Formats: sequence, C-alpha cells, structure tokens
Amino acid sequence: MTRAARDRPGAPPGRASRLRAADVGPLAALGLRGRPGRAALSAAGIALGVATVVAVLGISTSSRAQLVAQIDALGTNLLTVTPGQTFAGQTVTLPTTAPAMVSRIGPVIGASAIGDVTANVYRNDRISAANTEAISVYPADVNLLSTLQGHLARGRFLNAGTRNVTAVVLGADAAAALGVDRADGIVQVWLGQHWFSVVGILDPVPLAPELDRSALIGFPVAEHLLGATGAPVEVYVRTDPTDVAAVQSVLAATADPSAPQDVAVTNPSDVLTARADASAAFESLFLALGAVAVLVGGIGVANVMVIAVLERRAEIGLRRALGAGRRHVGVQFVAEATLLALIGGTAGAVLGAVATTLYAAARHWSAAVSLPALLGAVGIAVVVGATAGLYPALRAARLSPAEALRTV
Amino acid sequence: MSALELLEVTKEHPGTPPVVALRTVSLRIGDGELVAVVGPSGSGKSTLLALAGTLERPSSGSVRVAGQAVEHLSDRALSGIRATRIGFVFQQFFLVPSMSTLDNVANGLLYRGVPVGQRRVAAARALDTVGLGHRQAHRPGELSGGECQRAAIARALVGEPAIVLADEPTGSLDTATGRSILGLLSDLNAAGTTIVVVTHNPEIAEAVPRTVRLRDGRVERDSAVP
Repeated sequence: MTRAARDRPGAPPGRASRLRAADVGPLAALGLRGRPGRAALSAAGIALGVATVVAVLGISTSSRAQLVAQIDALGTNLLTVTPGQTFAGQTVTLPTTAPAMVSRIGPVIGASAIGDVTANVYRNDRISAANTEAISVYPADVNLLSTLQGHLARGRFLNAGTRNVTAVVLGADAAAALGVDRADGIVQVWLGQHWFSVVGILDPVPLAPELDRSALIGFPVAEHLLGATGAPVEVYVRTDPTDVAAVQSVLAATADPSAPQDVAVTNPSDVLTARADASAAFESLFLALGAVAVLVGGIGVANVMVIAVLERRAEIGLRRALGAGRRHVGVQFVAEATLLALIGGTAGAVLGAVATTLYAAARHWSAAVSLPALLGAVGIAVVVGATAGLYPALRAARLSPAEALRTV
Repeated sequence: MSALELLEVTKEHPGTPPVVALRTVSLRIGDGELVAVVGPSGSGKSTLLALAGTLERPSSGSVRVAGQAVEHLSDRALSGIRATRIGFVFQQFFLVPSMSTLDNVANGLLYRGVPVGQRRVAAARALDTVGLGHRQAHRPGELSGGECQRAAIARALVGEPAIVLADEPTGSLDTATGRSILGLLSDLNAAGTTIVVVTHNPEIAEAVPRTVRLRDGRVERDSAVP
C-alpha cells in the first residue's frame, strides 16, 4: 500500500492547516532575533514615548501629592482679609479695629495683621534709594508667625519687647537679597532712614508668599518712627478647621461693618490648589508630546515591519510551502510587531519609573509611581504595536507563495 | 489512483504582454512514481512544480492532488493540502540560521498544529532517516551544503507527505554530494513517497525511471509515453 492511499488519521484530505497559539510567541521572537539591532532600535522609539508618558505622569503625581501633603500640613483653615477696591476702583483701607473684631468670631483661633508703612530697606545707608530689591516693609503683629504656623530659619520673631524698638525680622528672600545670614541683633539694615537690627530670619511661608520678600517691624515702632497709621493691609485668620466656610462668610462684614463689599476674603490653600491645577495644564502638554512619541514609535515599528516583509519573502514563501495559510503569516507579523512594542513599552515603563524615582529623590519627595499607570502605558504601546503591524502583516499575507519563492 | 494530475493546464503570468509559462500541459503522475522534470531555463519547470504543489492556481485547466481538483479551493484548504500532503525541497534549502537543525526540521510540522514536543520527536526520526541523527543540535551554518539539503529533505518528509516536490535539489551541490542526495530521494521513493524532481542535472534525468522534458511551456517528451 502506498502512502497516499494509506488513511493517515493526522492528515485527512482537505483538512485546514493549523498554527497552535503556543507557537505564535516563539515564532514572533524568532523573527526579532534574526535582526536584534534593528529590533532594539525600533523598540527604543516606543520605549522613549512610553518613558515620557510614565515620567510625566509620575513626576506630576508625585509633585501634586507633595503639594497636597504640604497644604494639609499647613492647614486649609487659614483665611486672609485684604482691602479690596471700591466700585469706583479706589483702593480702600481696613479699619484699625479689624484684627480685634475678627478675633472675636467664635471659631477663630487666631488673627494677626500686617500694616502699611511708607519705607524701604537697604543693606546700608550708602545704597542708592532706587535699589530697593523689591522688598516691602510691613509692621506686623507679634503673633503673626503662630497664626501662619511659619518657622524661623534664624533668630527670633518680634515680641512684646522688640516690637517697640528698631528690630526687624526678614523674610527668606529678603534676607538673601540683602545678603544677611545672621540674626543675632548685631547685623543692622538701613530701614526708613533708621538703623534696624536683624533679630530673625523667616523660613519661606508657603501660605503667605508675600512675606518672603518683606521686612517685618513692630507696629509701635512703625507708628512712632515711620509715621504708620496702624491700618492693616492684610489680616491673617486661623479658624477652627470645621468652620472655615462659616467664618469665611461673615469675615468681610466683621472686618469692616460699614463697607463689607470692599473687603476681599481669600483662602491661600485654595490658591495653592489652583496652582497645582494650573501645572496640570503643562502636564497635558507633555502627555500629548509623549503620546505623539509613542505614535511615532509605532510608525517606526510599521516601517521596520514593512522592510522585514520585503526582506523575508523567501521565509514567507517557505512557510506558505510548509502549509501556512494567509492568516498564519499575517498573525506572525502582527505578533512580531506586538512583541516589539511590548518590549519597548516595558523598557519605557521601567525607564519612566526610574526617572520618576530619581527626580522625586532629588527633590526629597516620595515617588508616586502607580502600577495601573505603568500597565496602562505598556498596554497602549502594545495596542499601537499591534496596529502598526496590521499593514505589513496584510502585505505579507497577500504575497503569493510562488512569487515569494521565485524572487529569491 | 494518480498522486498528481494536470489536465490541459495553462498558466499565464500577468504583464504586457502576458508571459505564458505553461500551455495546455497534461501530465499524470501515479502513486509512488519518481519523475524528473527537465528542460532549459524558462521552459516552465518551476511553474509546473508550483502548480502541482498548489502554490499557484492554473489560468485554465485542472490540477488534481490525490484525485481532488484544487484550482477552486480556498487559500485555507490549499494551505491544508500543503501542510498535510505535500513536502517541498528547494535549491536554497531555506533553513533558519538561528535555529538548530532539529528545530528547522520540526518546522515541517508547525502548521499542522502538532505540539512542539511531538514535532521534535518526529524531527529526530526524520533526521535519522536522512543520516543526520548526529547533527541535531548544530545550526545550519555549521553544516555542509549536502547536510543542509539533507536537513531540508528531512523537513519535507517529517510529516510523511504522500508527495515530495523538489526544485533543483542538487543545484547548489557538487557532483558527488548531488549523487548522494539523489540516492536519498530514491530511497524515499522506494519507501512509497511520490517524488517529482525539477532539475538541470542530466545525471538525475538518466537515473530516474521517468523523465518529462519541457520546452516553451509544453511537454516535449515524456519517457512514460512512447
């Protein structure tokens, strides 16, 4: 009996060829192994895009987490009262009694003010009057630092004694601008035509950044030496955390009962939150750039796969001769493109996570790299890769086997 | 029953003007035959092999594999026929350089849905049959030309096809090696496989029981037809 006549159970006539799912992965890997350098380069394109997306997401998430933690630490229960403008556009002043009135509101824990004075501060009396370094001089209440929950970098804050004498506390930026790094009362600055001793230097105050470039002196000395009126330009109000909204709603009327409409009440932590949201606008720009990079990487993969189809006509012909159907050839090339993107995507996710961690470590933040974001980025890369493989796969599948073998 | 049958087959390759590779060729190859197809370049030998191997469809006429007309079958069905009933041997071997000889031969069963373990067992057996049992782990780059062609033949017969189609199997080999490959094909034929060899090699043409000579796309002479 000859073989053709033999009834072989493995191969009944007309039976369709079949490629096992378990063979698709090794087949794809084999294709990439054939040209490792080219595979690495085209995977690098995808990797860069994915790394950008992961790093942008990771860094901005870490930064926002940091900011939120910072806001929480500072407390969201600080309100500020400032004179607004009249309907006619004129700047108004708050009544001198405003801080005392405000501190009588039940849930208010503390209220302190800074006032207005016409004076500038210089390192010494030889410096040109125009060279103010943009430092503002404010009379300040002695409880200002505790209301703001601020901290001193050096020295002490104004107290019942120093508020009456020529003593000054410098904001962090003001001290740097004046070149002052000692706060033991020996260093003096030229303030409003008088020598003032530097008794304290503040740490940056995130909830009241206007104080960072200021020089704070006592209200009595400001009124006595510099002719200040004692009217507050800003009242800082620390409230019970549960009653922030209630206090906010009555603050204007309490601060200036005669003209509450001319009083502006703000919550600085809202401003910080808004700033965080504003940075999200940049974030979406970078994300869009990352997405474009992933797409360009995908086009690179498509390009490489089209070239592979041209170069591997003989292989395609052989596979067709061995019994591969069009769909098997197509699946093979889609799988190769997908594997390429998977490798690139994984490398990119790792790269992005490492970049985020390093950046966060450099800024002393805790890195926020979320696993779903990483998996999502890899997933997008895989989808881009599979899509990029479709066209080359179609070309490979359409190739006539005899033609593919003939062109060798 | 015929293993392969061509009935008034014409094959035109599109172009301006179209190239007619085969003109109304009729040929019947019985089960277990060993046939050489010879002829000058451009006579249509390779086209005939591609049609017989279902790699191409005829422009007109009918091609039958084991009695089944294939010209109207779907790509899926034709792939199935190639995977299960036909083995191919090429002049250029087409071995994958990065794979071992064993895995190259096992590839012959890839599109039959056979699990990799079973593929390797069958491949080892096929390599023994062609006398390359000791070369399983070697890469094609470490084999001589003759050994490469033996490996390619092992790949063609690993699925025990009824028909093996060989296109210039000795074309890249020296005379002595070519002779040994011919011996191997004869042994396969003796075991029952129908073999069609397209060749320029007169030695093969003389050694096989039946020779079909093509010229200008027509059968000029068929030694089986007196």
